[in-house]
Amino acid sequence: MASIEIANVRKDFGAVSVLKGIDLSIASGEFAVLVGPSGCGKSTLLRLIAGLDDASGGDILIDGRRVNDLPPRDRDIAMVFQSYALYPHMNVRDNMAYSLKLKRTPAARIAEAVGGAAAKLGLEALTERKPRALSGGQRQRVAMGRAIVRNPKAFLFDEPLSNLDARMREQMRFEIRKLHRDLGATSVYVTHDQIEAMTMADRIVAMNAGVIQQVGSPLELYDDPANMFVAGFIGSPAMNFLEGQAKRVGTGVKITVGGKAFCTLPLALALPDDGHVTVGIRPERIGIGADRNGTTEAIIDLVETTGAANVVHADLAGQPLKIFTTQRLQLAHGERVPLAFDAGHVCLFDRASGGRLR
Amino acid sequence: MSHPGAAARRRLAILEPWLYSAPALILIIVTTLVPIVIGISYAFRNVMLLDPTSGGFVGLDNFRDLMRDASFWNALKNTVTWTASCVGFQFLFGLILALLLNRPFPGRSIIQPIVFLPWAIPTFLIGMNWSWLLNPAIGPLPHWAYALGLMSAPTNILADPNYALVGPILAGIWWGTPFFAITLLAALQSIPREIYEAAEIDGAGGFERFRSITIPFLAPTMLITVMLRTIWVANSPELIVVMTKGGPADSSQIVASYVFTQAYQGLNFGYASAVATALVVLLLVYALLLLSIRQAMLGTR
Amino acid sequence: MRGTSLSRTIKWTLHYAALLAYVAVALFPLYWLFKVSITPNDILYKQGMALLPSKVTLDHYATVVGKSDFLLYFRNSIIVSGVTALASTLLATAAGYAFSRFGFRGKFWIVGLMLVTQMFPLVIVITPIFSIFGVLGLTNTLTGLIIIYTAFNIPFATFLMQSFFDGIPKELEEAAMIDGATRFKALVEIVAPLTLPGIVATVGFCFTGAWGEILFALLLNSSPSASTFPVGLLLYSTRGTVEYGPMMAAGVLALLPVCVFFFLIQRYLVQGLTAGAVKG
Repeated sequence: MASIEIANVRKDFGAVSVLKGIDLSIASGEFAVLVGPSGCGKSTLLRLIAGLDDASGGDILIDGRRVNDLPPRDRDIAMVFQSYALYPHMNVRDNMAYSLKLKRTPAARIAEAVGGAAAKLGLEALTERKPRALSGGQRQRVAMGRAIVRNPKAFLFDEPLSNLDARMREQMRFEIRKLHRDLGATSVYVTHDQIEAMTMADRIVAMNAGVIQQVGSPLELYDDPANMFVAGFIGSPAMNFLEGQAKRVGTGVKITVGGKAFCTLPLALALPDDGHVTVGIRPERIGIGADRNGTTEAIIDLVETTGAANVVHADLAGQPLKIFTTQRLQLAHGERVPLAFDAGHVCLFDRASGGRLR
Repeated sequence: MSHPGAAARRRLAILEPWLYSAPALILIIVTTLVPIVIGISYAFRNVMLLDPTSGGFVGLDNFRDLMRDASFWNALKNTVTWTASCVGFQFLFGLILALLLNRPFPGRSIIQPIVFLPWAIPTFLIGMNWSWLLNPAIGPLPHWAYALGLMSAPTNILADPNYALVGPILAGIWWGTPFFAITLLAALQSIPREIYEAAEIDGAGGFERFRSITIPFLAPTMLITVMLRTIWVANSPELIVVMTKGGPADSSQIVASYVFTQAYQGLNFGYASAVATALVVLLLVYALLLLSIRQAMLGTR
Repeated sequence: MRGTSLSRTIKWTLHYAALLAYVAVALFPLYWLFKVSITPNDILYKQGMALLPSKVTLDHYATVVGKSDFLLYFRNSIIVSGVTALASTLLATAAGYAFSRFGFRGKFWIVGLMLVTQMFPLVIVITPIFSIFGVLGLTNTLTGLIIIYTAFNIPFATFLMQSFFDGIPKELEEAAMIDGATRFKALVEIVAPLTLPGIVATVGFCFTGAWGEILFALLLNSSPSASTFPVGLLLYSTRGTVEYGPMMAAGVLALLPVCVFFFLIQRYLVQGLTAGAVKG
C-alpha cells in the first residue's frame, strides 16, 4: 500500500506535448480513475507511473520515493492491460506465478499465492489452461490474478474492460470494486467510459488535452463540474447546454433562453459584461407537465424509453433539450409541454472559455 | 540497490537498440561494406589480375569505356529480360502455390516439403542438371516440346543465339518459385481468419475477397520479397555461367555474368568493377522506387 | 444444395490437379538427378533420354564415397551451414528485435546499408575479402566461410525476424517488465518462445543459403581440407569432360540432409506465424 505523488509531470513526443504539467496526489488505498476522451493523455500518464515511458519533466513518487529513474521492475507496481497481455505459451498458473518466480520466491509460497488468487477470482478449475482456451472474461480474471499475487504497492489498470461485452463489463466492474474493498490497494484506473469512472472511483481525475480538468468524488464532478468539458463528459444522458442570457437582478441572476424567462438563480455570480452564457442543466433536473407550475414551454420531438425511465427529446426555443423522467407520460410528437427547472442545479458557463461562472 | 541517474538511464535507453543490432552491424561493415568500398575503388583504377604493375588511378576512364561498350548494353538488356522473367514467373507461380497450400487438406504435410525442395539445391547442380535435360542428344525436354508443337525441331535452345537465355530462365524459375511460396505462405497465414469471414458475410465472392483482403495484406511482404529477389537474381550469374557461359556469342550474357567474364577471363578487374558499380546504381534506383511505393501504401493503411 | 456440392467437388479436383502439376514439375528434374546417379556409365548417354535406365548401379555412389574426399567435403558443409544458420539467426534475431521494438535514429541508414550489401555482385567483392581474410588468416578455413556467409545472410534474416517480432504485441514485454523482468529477460523468456516458428524458418533459410553456395567456397578456400561439397561437385567437371554419374550421385547425397531438414521445419511453416494466436 502506498501513496502516489505526481508533481508537474510533462511528456512530449517530439514537438507534441501530450501531458502539460500534471499535479496529482493519490492517497494510500484510494481507487482513482483517470477518465477522458482518447488522446487526452490518461494512458500516457499511467505508463509514466508504470515506468514504461520516461517523463519529459517533473517528479513521480511512489510511497514517498522518487521513481523517475527506476525501471518498471523496481517500482513494485502491477498493471492490467487492455489486451490482457497474458503470456500465450504459459498456462494460467504460470502466468500468475511468473512475477514471483522472477523474484525467486520459494515454490511453496508461490503455490500458496497463486492458489489464493485463483480462489478469489474463481479460476481454480482453469489453472492448467493456456490463455487461448479461455473466454474474454476469464482472460481478464487471469490478468487480475497476475496482479494480485504480487501484493504490489499499487495496481494500474489500462482500460481493462473495453474488450468485454456489456454484460461482462458490468460484472467485472463490480468484481474489481469488491476486490479493491477486500485488498484495499492503491489503484489507478484508466478508462474513457464515464460510467466506469462514476461507478468505480473513490476519486475521479477528469482529463482533456493533456491537462487535468477536475479532481473529485464522482458526485462532486457530477453536481459541481468545474467547466463545460467535465459537465458534458460526466453523466448519461449528458447535461443539456443552452445558449442564454444572464442578468443580475437584486441578489440573484435572471436567466433567459431564446428571449423567454428560464429561471432565476438565488446567487450572486460574476457574469460576463455582455451577459452571454451557456446554461447547463442535467436532464433529470427538469420537471415536465403543468402540475410543476412551469413557466417555459418546449415542443416534444421524440420519447425514448428503457422501461424504468424515459428520455424525452424536446425543442426549447430552437435548441435541443433532453429530459430524463421516471414518469410514464403519454407525449405526442409536436405537443407543447410546460417545463420547470430546478434552479439549485443550474450551472452557468462562460461561453468563450467554457469555465464555470461562480 | 543503486541505480544510475536519469541522464545515465536515458543514455542507456538510446544505446539499447544499438546494443542489439551492433553485432550484426559490425560483421556486415567489416566483411561486406569495407570490401564493397574497396571493390568500387577498383572501378576508378586500372586493376589487372596477375599484373602487379597495374593499379594506377584512371579516373572515369573505365566508365567512359563502359558507355561505348556494346557488350555491356547488350548484357544490360538481357539482365532486364532475365530478371523480369525469372522474378515475374517465380512470383506468379509462388503466389499460386502459396494460395494452394494455405488451406488445410489431406496430404499437405507431404506435398509442402516436396514442392519446396528445389530451393535447397545448389545452383551449380541445377545448371548442370538442366543443361542435360535441355540437350536433345541426351535429354527429353526438347523432344517433348517438339511433340507438343512448341519447337519446330528438337534442338538445343542453349546453343541458339535467339533463345539461349530461355534455358537459364527455366531453371531459375524452377529453382526460385519455392522461395516466394514460403514467404507468401507465411504472410498469408498471418491474415486473421475473421476478416475473411466478415467479408464472406458481406457477400464478397472468392475473387473479391482475394482482391480486397489478400492482396492488400500481402502487398508489403510482396514488395520487400520482390525487391530482395530482384536484387539477388540480377546479381547471380551462376546458372548462366554454368549453362551457357553467356554464349553463344554473348547472346545470353547478363551484367553479372559479364562482370564474371571480365574479371576472371579478361582478368580486367578495374573494368569489371565499373560494370558492377553501374549495376548497383541501377538496382539502388529500383529499390528506392519500390520502398517509396511501400511507404506510400503503409501510409494509406 | 446439389449444385454447391458439385462445385465443391470440382473445386477440390482442380486444387489437387494444380498441386499435382506442381509436384510433378518440382520432382521431375530431381528424379533426373537421381536417374543419372544410378545409371551405369556404359549406357549413360546411350539411354540418356530414357525415363528408366535398363540397368541400375550404385557404382557412382561407391566412387563418391570411396574414392573421393566427398565425405570430408560433406562434413565441412554440414559444419559451415549449421554454424552459419545458427550464427546468422542469432545476430539477425537481435537486430530484428531492435528494428521492431525501437524507433531510433540511424535505423533508416542501417536498413539502407544492409540493402546495398545485397546489391553488389560478389565477383568484385571477393578479391578485397580475400585480401582482408588473408591478413586475418581466415582463408582456407571453415571459420572464414562461416563469417562471410553469416554476413551475407543477415540482411534477409533480419528482415524476416523483424516481421515475426512485429507480429508479437508489445504489451507482452511490458507486462513482463512490470512483472519484474529486464528487457533482455523478457526477450528470452516471453518473446523468443513465441517467435520460435519464425526462428526455425529463418534457420532454414540461412542453412539452405549456405549449403549450395559455390563462389566463396571456391575462391576463398583452395585446400581440400576446407572445401565444401559444391566445390567437390565442381571437381567432377574438368575442362574437357564431365563425370555426370558421380556428380549427380554426390548431389543426391547432399540433398538428403536438406530433405530431412525441410520435413522437420515444415510443421512450423504450416503453423505460420504465432501472431494470430497471440492476438486472438
